[in-house]
Amino acid sequence: MNRRMVCHTVGLIVLLEAVLMLPSLVTSLIYKNSCIQAFIWSILIALLLGGAMVAVARPRTKVLYAKEGFAITSLAWLFVSLVGALPFFLSKQIPNFIDAFFETVSGFTTTGASILNDVTALDKGLLFWRSFTHWVGGMGVLVFLMVFLSSFSDRTIHIIRAEMPGPTVGKLLPKVKDTAKILYIIYLVMTALLVIALLLSKMPLFDSLIHAFGTAGTGGFGIYSDSAASLTAAQQWIIAIGMLLFGINFNLYYLILIRRFRSAIRSTELWVYFGLVASAVTLCCINLSNVYHNISDLIRHSFFQVSSIVTTTGFSTVDFNLWPNLSKTVLLLLMFFGACAGSTAGGFKISRVILLFKNCGAEFRHLLHPRSINVLRFEGKSVESETRKSVTGYLALYTLCFFIIFFLVSFDSFDIETNFSAVAACFNNIGPGLGGVGPMSNYAAYSGFSKIMLSLAMLLGRLEIWPIIMTLVPSTWRGWRA
Amino acid sequence: MNIIIVGCGKIGSTILESLATENHDIVAVDTNPKVITDISNLYDVMCLCGNGVDFETLEEAGAKKTNLLIAVTGSDECNMLICYMARKLGVPYTIARIRNPEYNDKSLGFIKQSLDISFAVNPDAVAAKELFNLLQFPGAESIETFSRRNFELIEVVLKEGSVLDGMSLIEMRKKYPASYLVGIVQRGDEVYIPGGSFRLQSGDRVGITASASEIEKLFKMLGTMEDRAKHVMIVGAGRYAHYLTKHLLSTGATVTVIDKDKSICQSFAEANPEAVVICGDAASEELLMEEGLMSMDAFITLTGHDQENILLSYLASSKGVKKVITKINREEFYSMAEKLGLECLVSPKHMVCDILTRYARALAGSEGSQVETLYNLMGGKAEAIEFIVGEDFSRKSIPLKDLKLKKNTLVAGIIRGRRVIIPAGSDQIEAGDHVVILSSSKRVSQLGDILE
Repeated sequence: MNRRMVCHTVGLIVLLEAVLMLPSLVTSLIYKNSCIQAFIWSILIALLLGGAMVAVARPRTKVLYAKEGFAITSLAWLFVSLVGALPFFLSKQIPNFIDAFFETVSGFTTTGASILNDVTALDKGLLFWRSFTHWVGGMGVLVFLMVFLSSFSDRTIHIIRAEMPGPTVGKLLPKVKDTAKILYIIYLVMTALLVIALLLSKMPLFDSLIHAFGTAGTGGFGIYSDSAASLTAAQQWIIAIGMLLFGINFNLYYLILIRRFRSAIRSTELWVYFGLVASAVTLCCINLSNVYHNISDLIRHSFFQVSSIVTTTGFSTVDFNLWPNLSKTVLLLLMFFGACAGSTAGGFKISRVILLFKNCGAEFRHLLHPRSINVLRFEGKSVESETRKSVTGYLALYTLCFFIIFFLVSFDSFDIETNFSAVAACFNNIGPGLGGVGPMSNYAAYSGFSKIMLSLAMLLGRLEIWPIIMTLVPSTWRGWRA
Repeated sequence: MNIIIVGCGKIGSTILESLATENHDIVAVDTNPKVITDISNLYDVMCLCGNGVDFETLEEAGAKKTNLLIAVTGSDECNMLICYMARKLGVPYTIARIRNPEYNDKSLGFIKQSLDISFAVNPDAVAAKELFNLLQFPGAESIETFSRRNFELIEVVLKEGSVLDGMSLIEMRKKYPASYLVGIVQRGDEVYIPGGSFRLQSGDRVGITASASEIEKLFKMLGTMEDRAKHVMIVGAGRYAHYLTKHLLSTGATVTVIDKDKSICQSFAEANPEAVVICGDAASEELLMEEGLMSMDAFITLTGHDQENILLSYLASSKGVKKVITKINREEFYSMAEKLGLECLVSPKHMVCDILTRYARALAGSEGSQVETLYNLMGGKAEAIEFIVGEDFSRKSIPLKDLKLKKNTLVAGIIRGRRVIIPAGSDQIEAGDHVVILSSSKRVSQLGDILE
């Protein structure tokens, strides 16, 4: 284990976070908020801490293996969340540090679950920071770091692989740095377009930025207690379509960028994703035809909620807690699917679901013809047995972690619907659940312990479990010092 | 520069490693998913699992925007086809590995021309040529030639009790006056560019640059001049042995070749009727003695197994054979072989890698200089690069002592026309010169890189 390298890289991330806090500081300066001092202090602490970590641990060798990648990723996310919680805590607007930590983790993991009873009471600077964490967390802090580090190490692929969601991670360009850059350029341009669209729909600049961050990162922090319900119909449409687009694998946008339209269109995952959204919207529309009598409301609300949940964003235009059971069940199921791999969304990822189904099919054929050789094909390529194994393994681990956290959270005396959906919403980085944690309520009622557990669930979900588990296992840290 | 490498076997991955450190954008293509996974873990390159002959794979690898394609799959024919397709897809430069002796020089020229291959490299022939050079000058551990053999860089290991032991370079120059330069010294794992007060020790691996005749003069003064090898024993009758034997026989040396495989011996004997071909196990001391190991000038191990090569060489050198050359493929064995006292180690894949890296650098080179030759020295810890100085080099006609050179670099020689200049402070670099640079810090891809 190259501990120096791990410490060094995590230190760099903390330094980067100090820089990332600057826009929020500027915002609070513009609005002359009381949180200016909190930001200045946070930035100083981040600079000191990060600087110390970078200076103390000068790596003797920059060699990275898979386990260093895991450790760097999970520790970077932990530190980023701890330091990111400082502005909330120091400004005393979220006086409890656990609450502040929960809110920040929820931000970086693009969950959007909040413990705030009244969002509107928060300073603009803090609101900006809260949503900005979505934007950075969506594509990944370490990927962001890679944009700036040239020739950091030959093996940064291990870090990227640990941070990027999805069963397999491929590079778009030969170099990690260039890949990270192109991903962030696509991300930035799409976010900018979204901001422009919202501005054109007569939303103020600050609100547009906040909503664009929440949509782009598929996070879901808003500035109103009723989420997106008070927005105009046009704005809701823009956000709904925006969420859907940010749930698509960014590789496809790259393919479009280099004019390989046919390869982009041929993506199986994309069509399954669209099919899933279309059928969920149809089901909700049929089920809700008695609730909304106006057909445009019916379609808009169904589409918005489905798009919000499937991309694990968590904005809502209505209290879907009050919807009939069938629609609620559809939403609950969608929570687990998640959107495409390689997007900013969380969840289990459509490509994994497809692979699982194909795997079942292969198993079925194998039972019919025990001697048959079955090859899985996905996206026009045969799937390696390693990938097949990792997907089924991930399902097992996912289920296990889910139920352990579900059990631990159950110590707080809430009903099963609330607890189950709360864990599902945190684990899949959605935000609002059903019952007591529905879209119009929040997580404030949970005990400190449960909040920590739910924060853990969010991190597990965002980093796809393995990095965190690997970091917790002592044998990862043993041996080889450098 | 964008480079595609098709085939990531021994040579492919060595080239990949070398080019990846030079900051090129590389796409590696191989049919074996295991190999591809390993490479994606080790290097910052894009990996593609697929057949390079497949048009779609090449297109996916971005052939349209690629400057150079290197085809080094196991099959010559595949390599040719890949290069041909890459040319058709618009890749300006292609390199193919073609090693089957049947594609001899004449048909190779035809193939290159008709398939529009920029460069065909035959690793076996390249390695055999280097081996042959070594045997012509057995006192040296390696000989690198520059500028059509006018100028040479010779590596020697100072033996215990050498006259140079403990001598500083200034004293050496006084005692053995000739036109040469001690440019680079490896001691242990460290590589130095020595100054005048540097004292040599026994065990040092010393790189000396000079013209060929001056080197001979120096060696005669030192009393270490040995004649070229006249009786050579080779273990392993593979392709290297084939090319090497051809060269040796043409100079009138006697060659004894030993191999275990009967059919290989048979075809070898057919191709080289003048060589003595022995079918037997070279690991048996009895056999080696019977075939006259003790009377050999040189013993060369060229089997496919590094371990076998090392052990056989060790045996021969302990028997007192003067020149023992060992072929080693895996870098890991280098230091072990050195510890066993084997000094003359050759790695064919590194020789080819040098050539291809040089080619890539020459393509990428600008700023009034063009890479003409490039050698890795001291087991890859240092480099010798020959540039042709262009008209637009910014610092020409300035005395060397006024040029601010980077640390760990040295202008080791200037070749102007037929004249070889061992540079002193007052010498200048002019346009059209061939300049040989020694660098222990690597990454000199243009002449401007040596300046602060």
